[in-house]
Amino acid sequence: MSATTAGIVFIAAMAVALAATYRPLGDYIYRVVTRETHYRVERGIYRVIGARAGEEQNWAGYAKSVLAFSAVSVLFLYGFLRLQAFLPLSLGFAGVDPYVSWNTAVSFVTNTNWQAYSGESTMGHLVQTTGLAVQNFVSAAVGIAVAVVLVRGFARKATDKLGNFWVDLVRITVWVLLPIATIGAIVLVAGGVVQNFTDVTQAVTATGDTQSITGGAVASQEAIKELGTNGGGFYNANSAHPFENPTSWTNFIEIYLLLMIPVALPRTFGRIVGDNRQGYAIVAVMSVLALASIAAVFGFESMANGTVPQAVTAAMEGKEVRFGVGDSSLFAAATTLTSTGAVNSFHDSFTSFGGGVLILNMMFGEVAPGGVGGGLYGMLVLAVITVFVAGLMVGRTPEYLGKKIGAREMKLASLYFLVTPALLLTGLAASFALPVNLDSMQEAGPHGLSEMLYAFTSASNNNGSAFGGFGANTPWFNTALGLCMLFGRFLPIVFVLALAGSLARQRPVPASAGTLPTHRPLFVGMVVGVTLVLIALTFLPVLALGPLAEGLR
Amino acid sequence: MSSMATVAPKAKGGLLDPGQWVKSAPSALRKLDPRLMWRNPVMFIVEIGALFTTVLAIGDPSVFAWLITVWLWLTVLFANAAEAIAEGRGKAQADSLRKAKTDTVARKLAKQDPDITSPQVETVDVPAPELKRGDYVLVEAGQTIPGDGDVVTGIASVDESAITGESAPVIRESGGDRCAVMGGTRVLSDWVVVKITAEPGKSFLDRMIALVEGSERRKTPNEIALNILLSAMTIIFVLAVVTMQPVAVFSKDYMAAAPDSAVLDGNGVTGIVMVSLLVCLIPTTIGALLSAIGIAGMDRLVQRNVLAMSGRAVEAAGDVDTLLLDKTGTITYGNRRASSFLTVPGVSAAHLADAAQLSSLADETPEGRSIVVYAKESYGLRERDAGELAHAEWIEFTAQTRMSGVDLDEHGTVHRIRKGAAAQVIEWVRSCGGDPNPRVDDLVDQVSREGGTPLAVAEHRDGEAARVLGVIYLKDVVKEGMAERFARLRAMGIRTVMVTGDNPRTAKAIAAEAGVDDFLAEAKPEDKMALIKREQEAGRMVAMTGDGTNDAPALAAADVGVAMNTGTSAAKEAGNMVDLDSDPTKLIEIVAIGKQLLMTRGALTTFSIANDIAKYFAIIPAIFAVIYPGLDALNIMRLASPESAIVSAVVFNALVIIALVPLALKGVGYKPGSASALLRRNLLVYGLGGIVTPFIGIKLIDLLVALIPGMA
Repeated sequence: MSATTAGIVFIAAMAVALAATYRPLGDYIYRVVTRETHYRVERGIYRVIGARAGEEQNWAGYAKSVLAFSAVSVLFLYGFLRLQAFLPLSLGFAGVDPYVSWNTAVSFVTNTNWQAYSGESTMGHLVQTTGLAVQNFVSAAVGIAVAVVLVRGFARKATDKLGNFWVDLVRITVWVLLPIATIGAIVLVAGGVVQNFTDVTQAVTATGDTQSITGGAVASQEAIKELGTNGGGFYNANSAHPFENPTSWTNFIEIYLLLMIPVALPRTFGRIVGDNRQGYAIVAVMSVLALASIAAVFGFESMANGTVPQAVTAAMEGKEVRFGVGDSSLFAAATTLTSTGAVNSFHDSFTSFGGGVLILNMMFGEVAPGGVGGGLYGMLVLAVITVFVAGLMVGRTPEYLGKKIGAREMKLASLYFLVTPALLLTGLAASFALPVNLDSMQEAGPHGLSEMLYAFTSASNNNGSAFGGFGANTPWFNTALGLCMLFGRFLPIVFVLALAGSLARQRPVPASAGTLPTHRPLFVGMVVGVTLVLIALTFLPVLALGPLAEGLR
Repeated sequence: MSSMATVAPKAKGGLLDPGQWVKSAPSALRKLDPRLMWRNPVMFIVEIGALFTTVLAIGDPSVFAWLITVWLWLTVLFANAAEAIAEGRGKAQADSLRKAKTDTVARKLAKQDPDITSPQVETVDVPAPELKRGDYVLVEAGQTIPGDGDVVTGIASVDESAITGESAPVIRESGGDRCAVMGGTRVLSDWVVVKITAEPGKSFLDRMIALVEGSERRKTPNEIALNILLSAMTIIFVLAVVTMQPVAVFSKDYMAAAPDSAVLDGNGVTGIVMVSLLVCLIPTTIGALLSAIGIAGMDRLVQRNVLAMSGRAVEAAGDVDTLLLDKTGTITYGNRRASSFLTVPGVSAAHLADAAQLSSLADETPEGRSIVVYAKESYGLRERDAGELAHAEWIEFTAQTRMSGVDLDEHGTVHRIRKGAAAQVIEWVRSCGGDPNPRVDDLVDQVSREGGTPLAVAEHRDGEAARVLGVIYLKDVVKEGMAERFARLRAMGIRTVMVTGDNPRTAKAIAAEAGVDDFLAEAKPEDKMALIKREQEAGRMVAMTGDGTNDAPALAAADVGVAMNTGTSAAKEAGNMVDLDSDPTKLIEIVAIGKQLLMTRGALTTFSIANDIAKYFAIIPAIFAVIYPGLDALNIMRLASPESAIVSAVVFNALVIIALVPLALKGVGYKPGSASALLRRNLLVYGLGGIVTPFIGIKLIDLLVALIPGMA
């Protein structure tokens, strides 16, 4: 079997596995977030955290809870990192410096997991497990909860009640993320991923050098890193490290874990709004964009020009030989299409077009299928914008799932859409305007530009991966990227919640032959088109000077 | 339906003669005032950009700089001219309306007591604008009615052509639903006392002038939402263009060997090119035409003799889910007509026809007339004059007896023929000692079941038993083409509900024949109201027509309430549209216009955004191929030079506004159909067309621009 065939088989097998998960997992999440009664264990948790589970919140109340919870999380994690030296199980690592602590705290709370540090030489067991891993769970749960609220906004009638944040947070964490992550961790341990609490082991390499090998609770971290589309690796090499991702089949499991919830959530959406076809339409849009992107990355990496790539038949620089081009391309596409940002290869070494597609994937706002929750609400906002233009074209006040898309809805959808380009482009321009920042680029010219572009795209879209050559650990970038992550996460969340509030207040308009059907291929195609055109138009100038200039040389 | 003569000559729909552009020039220049421009954020940005390039062009003049500057100003002017042309069409109509508003002098009753029996009373001359609400004025033949009001005394024929364009005079009388008169109309015969109901300056005519001039135009909900989207896109493109600069400086610095040019130098992209790129990217096409589309939509209604009190109402018309239509006059011709004679066994059809005709000669109701006509058309019975039969005693139809007929003296024996409501006729037969054939009941039932009205015909000769001859089938005749119209509405997703005072059985039959989706039988005004509320509770938008005062609450409650011009002031006050032709079926056209308005906006937005793709392919390689020659691969149109590429894109961007003005004014083609079909068609034409057109257009313009010295 040639490498190309192997790659195609790997991608096809992934598609089949995800298709098989779509219904059961989507239905399961639906039951978790819509269940009327509270289990005893849940009631116990509510009592401990002081949540009034019986009271539903309006959008503003929900937003306040999300923001308060996240603010406390950032402060807690920041303190944890700063005070590491005084805490047990630190493996002797010092407290983390203020810039990195701020950046890391924001990064993990925003589900970005941008890492301006090397995990194995910076964080001890306690920080990894109770600091970072906990955020891997709850930041993912926050994303799913917000998506569920938006869907409730579509489904509910003439109400301002959108659910209770604490109930959603607890249920999603306890009944969705924990069980799947546990199973995932066990499978990964079986595949050879390490799970221990050892001290740093000093080993002597074949060449006689000494090497410090850090062990730890890697498998448990790895499972939620992928499942929650977090991406923060235990080790700096992330999923390219053999302790995190030893074999081709653990690689398959990891990609599967990072895609399963984002792919299944449209089903949950379809169930809650009472029309499964709507879920299929959304997942179809995601699939079209994702498959095109995967094919493009795979194609560019396989057909790379240049002496060395042609000698080895593909662009193997920066890719693990145990994975090869196909598996690496799928991982890279999947990690940038979701907000994961875990890597099993060196994105900096991808071909210029291949790397360009990875940047474009993130620029889409990570909607195909996107981060857990974030992908669904991002895609629904794009659908709202599409519905508006399409709705006008059929001669009616636009409506989506029976809810009118009026001035207020358009204002919120537009604001949502504006946030990431605004953060990304102003951050990028400001960084270029300060000459000192140019030292962070490993390469000169277009590729250096792509490195910086990648960094801001990744942070603003809460991805977390990077073009590795880029020296991001400077006060400027730690601060600027931290701000991009923070605003890139929470401004859209606030707009989405407000949109949910405004939708839920409406009485639905019954569908008729004059209503734009939003489950047909025509609409699916139009959402794809609107997404492509809007994003391409926004970012073409910078893409032209980065990946395009490099690739068309 | 009335003739549709309009007040002003109708503006030609699509073709614009150059004269209109010339005429609109002064107004287009006036609209450059920033205080007016900022209301249209997209075009305001273009104006600022044009101002900026003017400064740059003066500072560092070149053919390129001036070409761009001139075309940027033209872009703004074209947008302003589009709006001015749309407004101009309304102004022409407003001017002719103003003529009706000449200095009328009102003859106010000296004693403000309308109970007069002759026009010979003392009056005081008062200028019309000084009339107050509640004043009584006397208007005699040949005089102009000084203000809107209701006739409280008298009856007169009134020429309303100044407002409605309808040349046939109408009757206005006190009491009932025909009492409303409008200021500016003329009394042709007789005299009336009018109670003024409008405050000065707020008459129907004033409102109409304001409406057609567009001076009271407010942005409609969808227009506001669309403006938000366009503003957001403008912000994104401003960001994309502005943030490009540090990146461009970095790139130019990296490839320092690349020569400086009018497009790009060591300071990055030049100001002229930045503005050009920005103007090409922001949605100028739809931004320029948005208000023209709205004004033209109102204008299209005015041309169909419908006055919408707000743009919001027009937009709501496009959203209508349920249409309430009165049966009488809208779906049916209004009068029941004889459509067949059904005999009982033993009676010949000719005999029944003859008896039916004779008994109806004295019945002057429309139904009675229709029986005579039917007998003539279907049985060749000559219409006999009531006077030509000797020894005949005519019994006229009255509401009490519910019968008409004749007693013929045939050589001493009296031959009595009666026609009327089945129950009365059967009663009459019994009272004359006859025994009605049981078949009669069957026939009556049959006719009722089919939605008709049965009339029985009976005769009684002296010495013989009275007998029923048969039944006349009176049918409510459904207007031609109604079923097709309703089918088209159904395809558009609009449900039609017929409202009628008939009993449910009759209503059902007519509903089935006319092809409406539902009916409301034995409807009282409050039932109508309840139906509207029910539909609205379910989230549906309701449209209805009405004319009577008892329709007013329902007209006010409906999302789209079209009052008939013949109706009462109360009805006209309550609705949000007035149909000057008083044609209830107009509602269907109003819905189409509302939809067309939204479709035009959506289509041009799509077109505008789709255009950007080609513009990028023109401008990005033009700017950056100097630094990275590989980017010339994006110059797929093979444009002559960077400068000509940018000029061509800007020129195309301006010309496309002119090219689309006719479409904006006329509205995109609209064939009723399902949403899917409409979307497919409009996406193909304006989406795909929007992608392809500029590639061709920019290339063609580039071929010309390249001929200018220094541009190739």
